[in-house]
Amino acid sequence: MNKEWPLWEVFVRARNGLAHKHAGSVHAADARMAIEAARDTYTRRMEGVSLWLVPSASIVASDPGEAGSLFEPAADKVYRHPTFYSIPENIKNI
Amino acid sequence: MKPLVEYALRLGDDGLVLGQQLSEWCGHSPMLEIDLALANIGLDLIGQSSHFLKLAGDTEGEGRDADVLAFHRDVLDFRNALLVEQPNGDFAQTIARQFLFSNWQELLMRELMRSHDATLSAIAGKAVKEVVYHARFANEWMVRLGDGTEESRNRIIAGLEWMWRFVDELFAVDATVEELIVRGVAVDPRLLRAEWDARIAQALAEATLEAPKPRRAASGGRSGHHSEHLGHLLTEMQFLPRAYPGVAW
Repeated sequence: MNKEWPLWEVFVRARNGLAHKHAGSVHAADARMAIEAARDTYTRRMEGVSLWLVPSASIVASDPGEAGSLFEPAADKVYRHPTFYSIPENIKNI
Repeated sequence: MKPLVEYALRLGDDGLVLGQQLSEWCGHSPMLEIDLALANIGLDLIGQSSHFLKLAGDTEGEGRDADVLAFHRDVLDFRNALLVEQPNGDFAQTIARQFLFSNWQELLMRELMRSHDATLSAIAGKAVKEVVYHARFANEWMVRLGDGTEESRNRIIAGLEWMWRFVDELFAVDATVEELIVRGVAVDPRLLRAEWDARIAQALAEATLEAPKPRRAASGGRSGHHSEHLGHLLTEMQFLPRAYPGVAW
């Protein structure tokens, strides 16, 4: 029997209006413990205003072996970049 | 000694001693996450303590600051409740102590925010948010341990048994506190008992635990009559500033 507590992925929202970003992971036996462990581990220096916790087992990851077919075809599609729009200077976080 | 000095010392010593105890878990907890959680709680308590001790020193007016009060008093001069100096034991015993203390401290800080003393009120206002989290943390661990495995259950029952007889002291009032209650400075802890009992009963029910049978209560911490444990704790905590007076880095 595996005696380690399950792993959870931690997502921290630094400020309201920003997206939650992956910060790392914690071990916890249940959801509330996961929130508390993440709070104590990743927000003790005022890093965040909100937390998301996801059981690591629920994360579906792409296969590194398929990286070629999944990602490399995007390399020569520069026309997909919205580089033709000018962004006003006072717009942050875009 | 002025009653306010005495009262601030009691509040400050509770946090200082318990904070020191929790810091001893650092590097020894069952999990890294618990290491951080207990260290965070300990640091919260020591932070609160430094404010209370500063108030005690300022009110006393003899030039003793928080550091002098923390590191240059001996056992007989400490005014913490006996509960907080009880040994860490295993993780369950530490949680049992935190459970009884934090639920009391949360109710105390909520009321202390209404103190007529502006400094006490301000310290309590900052502390209450920290303590709400401590109580939540401890209450949830009571449930996990009580309603967990047979071993965790036996350990938390033993931890509660150890700590239970130190509860009444938290709610006791002597002449010093009585005078401050009349002036609207101190909280009357007797008025907190019913709500504390209800909170503890609810958490124990959720944890499928029963309150230990009533025991003969132990007290004396508020007047400097401590158990053997406090001396050992102070020896370690005070070693550096006593061996190297005035050291700074």
